[in-house]
Amino acid sequence: MERIPILRMGRLLLVTIQVDMHDRLAMTLQDDLTSRIVSDRATGVLIDISALDIVDSFIGRMISNTAAMAKILDAKTVLVGMQPAVAITLVELGLTLEGVSTALNVERGIKLLERGST
Amino acid sequence: MSYKINETILLPLKTDEDVVRLRKSVRDNLIALGFSLIEQTKMVTAASELARNTLKYGGGGEAQLILLSDFDRRGLKLNFVDQGPGIADIELALTDGYTSGGGLGLGLSGAKKLADEFELNSQPGHGTTVTIIKWRLS
Repeated sequence: MERIPILRMGRLLLVTIQVDMHDRLAMTLQDDLTSRIVSDRATGVLIDISALDIVDSFIGRMISNTAAMAKILDAKTVLVGMQPAVAITLVELGLTLEGVSTALNVERGIKLLERGST
Repeated sequence: MSYKINETILLPLKTDEDVVRLRKSVRDNLIALGFSLIEQTKMVTAASELARNTLKYGGGGEAQLILLSDFDRRGLKLNFVDQGPGIADIELALTDGYTSGGGLGLGLSGAKKLADEFELNSQPGHGTTVTIIKWRLS
């Protein structure tokens, strides 16, 4: 079964979404991330969406849900690399990504997560 | 409504993968019509929302991509058609945040905001057709 790979860097989990995900794949990613936060005792999750040229409400909800579950498991979530056209569209759509911090790129995202962990 | 129809493309919406294919096809056609990146993104996002609705709530159906031309503009019209249960309360369905399926409730209202023209025809027991159009001046 196809899966989006999740990399581990210390206590952080990194995911780079490089394909246009169908809904099932997005749900699998959400489940995988949640499992890995527990199994790897991660304190932070970085989701790189720099390759995504659209984020619709389903993916938006997947990201928010992941962040909410991460929070319950005492981990922080950072979204990086949002394309400007995507940001504009999300605002027009009225989609607020609750509980999700954002950063410009992976490097800054990691710094944000490392700062936040004790 | 006197514009010309140049071409019609039919795409099934029966699986998750069909929705991905639809997004790509809409994107490709918008690029071919010369839409800007932001206009493309808005329209593809709107199409994704409606395609998902057709699949998830309409029991599957099809998308019709129609290339339009008017005397001073060109456009892309998308029809999302299903023979599903139909929508009983259209006004409610169009409300931001209303969902009957555990989603965010932004799909229909979102598509309306992101497109230039929006039309919804639905009757309980007779299926649903949602139409969106994006225009650009040529």
